[in-house]
Amino acid sequence: MQVTSSVREPLITGGKTLKDVTHDISRQVEGKPSMLWLLALLVSVGALALGFIALAATLWEGIGMWGLNKTIGWAWDITNFVWWVGIGHAGTLISAVLLLFRQKWRMAINRAAEAMTIFAVICAAMFPIIHMGRPWLGAYWALPLPNTFGSLWVNFNSPLLWDVFAISTYFSVSLVFWYIALIPDFATIRDRATGLRKVIYSGLAFGWDGAAKTWSRFETVSLILAGLATPLVLSVHTIVSFDFATSVIPGWHTTIFPPYFVAGAIFSGFAMVLTLMIVTRKVFKLEDYITIGHIELMNIVIIITGSIVGIAYITEFFIAWYSGVEAEQYAFVNRAFGPYWWAYWAMMTCNVISPQLFWFKKIRTSIVLTFILSLVVNIGMWFERFVIIVTSLHRDFLPSSWAMFYPTWADVGVYLFTFGLFFTLFFLFAKFFPVINMFEIKSIIKSSSTKEAK
Amino acid sequence: MKENKKTYWKGLEELTNQPEFVKNAEREFPEAPSVLGGEEGASRRDFLKLMGFSLAAASLAACEAPVRKAIPYVNKPVDVNPSIPNYYASTFASGGDYASIVVKTREGRPIKIDGNELSPINGKGVNAIVEASVLSLYDKQRLKGPHIDGELTDWSTLDSQLKSALGSAGSVKIVTNTILSPSTQKALDKFAESVGGEIITYDPVSNYGILKAAETSYGVSGLPTYKFDNAKVIVSFGADFLGTWISPTEFARQYVKGRKITKENPNMSRHFQFESNLSLTGANADYRTPIKPSQSGLAVLALYNALARKGGAATVSGASVEIANIDQAANELWSNRGNSIVVSGSNDPNVQIVINAINDLLGNNGKTVDFSKPSYFRKGDDEKMNKFVTDLKAGRVGGVVFYNCNPVYDFAKGADVEEGISKAKVSVSTNSTMDETASLVKFVAPDHHYLESWNDFNPRSGEYSLSQPTISPLFDTRQAQESFLVWAGESSNYFDFLKDNWSESLMGTQSEISDSQEFWDRSLYNGVYSDGSESEEVSGSVDVSAAATAIGRSYKADNAGAELSIYTKVGIGSGTYANNPWLQEMSDPISKATWDNYLTVSQKWAKDNNVKMVEGATKKAKITVGDKSLVVPVLVQPGQADGTFGLALGYGRTKAGRVANGVGVNAYELLDLSKGFVNYDITEGVSVEITSDAYKIAQTQTHQTYMGRDFVIQEATLADYKKDASAGRYQPKIYKEGEFVKPSKVSLWKGHKYSQHHWGLAIDMNSCIGCGACTVACQVENNVAVVGKQEVLNRREMAWIRIDRYYSSPEGASSNSELEKAADNPEVTFQPMMCQHCNNAPCETVCPVAATTHSSEGLNQMTYNRCIGTRYCANNCPYKVRRFNWFKYHDNKDFSTVNVAQNDDLGKMVLNPDVTVRARGVIEKCSMCVQRIQLGKLTAKKEARKVQDGEINTACAAACPTDAIVFGDMNDPESKITKMLKIEENTTSAVKEVNEERAYHVLEEINVSPNVWYFTKIRNKEKSEA
Repeated sequence: MQVTSSVREPLITGGKTLKDVTHDISRQVEGKPSMLWLLALLVSVGALALGFIALAATLWEGIGMWGLNKTIGWAWDITNFVWWVGIGHAGTLISAVLLLFRQKWRMAINRAAEAMTIFAVICAAMFPIIHMGRPWLGAYWALPLPNTFGSLWVNFNSPLLWDVFAISTYFSVSLVFWYIALIPDFATIRDRATGLRKVIYSGLAFGWDGAAKTWSRFETVSLILAGLATPLVLSVHTIVSFDFATSVIPGWHTTIFPPYFVAGAIFSGFAMVLTLMIVTRKVFKLEDYITIGHIELMNIVIIITGSIVGIAYITEFFIAWYSGVEAEQYAFVNRAFGPYWWAYWAMMTCNVISPQLFWFKKIRTSIVLTFILSLVVNIGMWFERFVIIVTSLHRDFLPSSWAMFYPTWADVGVYLFTFGLFFTLFFLFAKFFPVINMFEIKSIIKSSSTKEAK
Repeated sequence: MKENKKTYWKGLEELTNQPEFVKNAEREFPEAPSVLGGEEGASRRDFLKLMGFSLAAASLAACEAPVRKAIPYVNKPVDVNPSIPNYYASTFASGGDYASIVVKTREGRPIKIDGNELSPINGKGVNAIVEASVLSLYDKQRLKGPHIDGELTDWSTLDSQLKSALGSAGSVKIVTNTILSPSTQKALDKFAESVGGEIITYDPVSNYGILKAAETSYGVSGLPTYKFDNAKVIVSFGADFLGTWISPTEFARQYVKGRKITKENPNMSRHFQFESNLSLTGANADYRTPIKPSQSGLAVLALYNALARKGGAATVSGASVEIANIDQAANELWSNRGNSIVVSGSNDPNVQIVINAINDLLGNNGKTVDFSKPSYFRKGDDEKMNKFVTDLKAGRVGGVVFYNCNPVYDFAKGADVEEGISKAKVSVSTNSTMDETASLVKFVAPDHHYLESWNDFNPRSGEYSLSQPTISPLFDTRQAQESFLVWAGESSNYFDFLKDNWSESLMGTQSEISDSQEFWDRSLYNGVYSDGSESEEVSGSVDVSAAATAIGRSYKADNAGAELSIYTKVGIGSGTYANNPWLQEMSDPISKATWDNYLTVSQKWAKDNNVKMVEGATKKAKITVGDKSLVVPVLVQPGQADGTFGLALGYGRTKAGRVANGVGVNAYELLDLSKGFVNYDITEGVSVEITSDAYKIAQTQTHQTYMGRDFVIQEATLADYKKDASAGRYQPKIYKEGEFVKPSKVSLWKGHKYSQHHWGLAIDMNSCIGCGACTVACQVENNVAVVGKQEVLNRREMAWIRIDRYYSSPEGASSNSELEKAADNPEVTFQPMMCQHCNNAPCETVCPVAATTHSSEGLNQMTYNRCIGTRYCANNCPYKVRRFNWFKYHDNKDFSTVNVAQNDDLGKMVLNPDVTVRARGVIEKCSMCVQRIQLGKLTAKKEARKVQDGEINTACAAACPTDAIVFGDMNDPESKITKMLKIEENTTSAVKEVNEERAYHVLEEINVSPNVWYFTKIRNKEKSEA
């Protein structure tokens, strides 16, 4: 076990004891749902239901319900896909990479961040399926399954197929990792519960007995999974970026995409974690567990990744100019000054300029400002994907085919559907699962003796 | 009868009657368990099981696809073999619009129309209207039988009632469009004679001016025969001879003959165009000068005077007018005397007289403009028609018969005709739909569709052709000529009448065949016949001064008011076939707009009135001509002469049918008859006001220029080309290992090997005039869906081949925003664009399910069944030629009005059975007509020989009147394409070494290695300019 210097600021404030931790966190699971929670859930389910109309219309009538056209074959669908996948990066990064780096501050937020990852990936994974013209076939034809079509096989050259592998691997590993870590906490709840709840949580706890050997195995499995998950953090978005980087379209055909996408993903993931955490700590009164220190550290990650993304934007322009390729140069000039200039500048403002405000300690330790900026970053990251996809496609090589993209109600509705899905799942999680990793938190509470020494 | 006491038994068991046997006697298979029950009878469980099974079986059976009727022949017709097409020579004629054609039928259904190569007029080419006309056969809105007062009746009732009514009607007038058929004319004459009637001929798009001028100048009745191929200098005043004027397919063929250039023969004609609207012809001109209609007469006079001065002839007086390029045109015409041609699209006889005089001065008469062999494409007499309408309106006409014409819609005084019909005692129409005119008359005796009819044609002196039915009449219609014969009391049927007439008049003009039946069979097989008659000398002196005086009175050098020039569109023409969705959705070659007519305005006017078109969004304007006004959307048209406006005829139909009703506005109302002829140029009393109403015009292309991208469009002037055959070529080089090499030398790919065939296309941008016949041909051949105006607005038209039309940017434009703008009088380039069948295809690598793959013959193939519709291929296509089925376009009531060929049972008969109708959610694109390639290969295989060049042709290449698209096997050293491209040596490699300097790949630098080659556009100009 790693030893933390007693000089360090405590990660958990409020002089919590082990019992306090158990109580504070299990309380949410055991208590009656609050009005606020019910209201939030209602709104989410409402969004889900409303969005479902758009989704159903799309599936029933065809992709023509969206605003796509002969020139722009992807717009909101793949923008949303990449955006959600990006958001789904923070959880694994926090729990796996920070675990390997022994960053103990992660402990208060990793559970929720991982849940968010899983829900975001579910939302993301929906788009590659529903954006297909024939999802009822594509949903399984895109898998390398043995079939009765003779020697018909998937095309291993296609980045879309790589996506299938990348996303499904990432999703399974994240899910297993998340669930494994939930088991000891489920056991805690089980031990406190009675009646039906005891039965359910007994099932969820998989017969956890808390024996030393069990703990030892648990630690080993966690470490192995963390080791497995770490490369995935880098690989998933790298592969998603290949969808664009391997193409011939100016603005897509760019070797900078893999690192740039990964940085962007972490950037947006952290922003989304912040958004959710700030709300959760307030609603569930967990200010002592998710402290201003956590928020500040995450804001620092946002400054770094935001700056990387900013440099990537500028590099793209430089390379376009340096390449001497006319279509490439036009693609970038068109981004900044063409018909979609507003999307580009929205992206630049939100992603490059706004995170720089976090250099000021006042801003980065302000809950309200952090919350606002986290939203701004997520808006900016959505625009980043929109800019890459739509502004590159809408004016490519042959001016005769240049077109504009106008979203329809169904585009908006399907996006709303994913929001509804995400928040419904998240609120259900927040109510019925322990939102903070109890057993890990317990390892970083300062003992009564260190408290006295202070 | 004595009772039979014998016992018969089947086996010993039965005889001995053992208990075991008795028990099993009832059951044939005693060892098998019974379905219901067994020994204890049916148990409840068995019952439930059985019921469950039946329920499941019943529901499964209910899920089965509906039964589709496919009825085999009981007695197979001799010539009809399933899946083998038959071809019949025939003729398309609608009024004076004429084409000799070959009709492809499959299992007795005509499905495709091609040009007749034997025709000396249109050759193998046809235009979009002719291509699309096959769909009108299957129009379920055609009348299904004769009608009296709008009620369906039978022919005998109609005949008897009509005969008695006409007998007592008094003066009878028979109104018709131009009749090209001698037998029809004869039948009609007999009818007219029997009722004492008079035949009035008019044309919706009139060329009366030329007819009258020919009569005045030379005493010839008929249009001259034009020979653009013999002209080295072509001057046209507003005649859109490549698009819509008289016989455009024929002229396009001739025109391009004089403009195909090679390194060995780098000569081409020079073409000057003076016009108000940017026409297809103007877009192809080397020098185009925008002029106002009010100046056009003076411009012709100015040219005459310039030439007269050179030739020492007397000049005539006329207001002097400053028009660019007139002097240059005069100089070049003069130095090419006898090898030049001057034409005018004006319907003013005085202008045409001056044109005759000019051609006389230049010695073109008899060489490029031949009055001695007149053409009969237009016979309409505007003055006579005008008088008739006046009489009709005044109630002085007793009976009126409309033979396949629709003057209520397409005559300038349509409203008067409408009013007059009710005053006539008897009114008859032979129109095959309840159109604007037919719906007003008492008797409607619907004619067959032309594909159901027999007929003969005489489009030009000495040239004849036949049409024959290619299908039994679908409805209870009767050929109009037969109706006329019946009404005239003749007994013979029209087929015999026609046949007799044919051999009577033509048998004697040849000596080769002595048997009249054989002569008939040969003529019918060929479809065309030339009687070889020598043309007669025509002489006459043209009186210019009278014409010049008249011109001086009616034209002005500087008219300050607005002027309207009414024109016809290539796709819709006079509007007769407006109800054809293929034509409505065909994008206009110039404006790229579909499903509308609109007021074309100059860029300057648009700027002054603050109209900016973005993605088709525009405003409406109110145009007032005299006391009539129309509200039309505005389309900003580069090249439009400032101060002038253009508006197309053929729209605003009210009773054409579901497709065309309510599309656009009717411009016929604005035509002016005050000068005796139908005047398409309204120069007085025109005012245009912009309104605040927003409107969207559905265009298939909304970006006008090619942004100076020489990797897309490569062009040069003839002078430069003569110096260097690779002038205008953009030859990108890629740096590789210390040297700059061609992009094709750097590749990640191993490359394909094509050991058999290597199909490819060569497209000569100098020959492509942009007419769009190929786009409709492709639509017919490949069952391409029509998607309707809203979906075109959504930029989702399905065309597999499109013609990109680019305007040049203003001179000196360099920044992106300047390059986006079109010049006020731009140079125009047409670039047919279809799947490039790349050897390193970007679409093929990205499809996750390998639905698009490469063939062993160089084709990029699309497997619809495998496609899951990710659209990644379409995104990654640098040419943007892949089309996605956004909705289910077939069997879908949302598209039944527009996509008639895939939605109703009758319409579906036009579908090509060799090509799948694509399902919702899949990508489709040009297949290089793989079904035709396959057929050609199979035919060759059956005959145990190699495929010969020219045997297989794509639909686009076959339809092209100018041979701008050449299809062939690049592995065949003898093929036309190999020779055109000068392919170095016959290799099986996918990357061919091409030595033709003009040939290039669009986007060569990304090395997708297309199998489609383009030839640089060469303009016969001194220097390139905007």
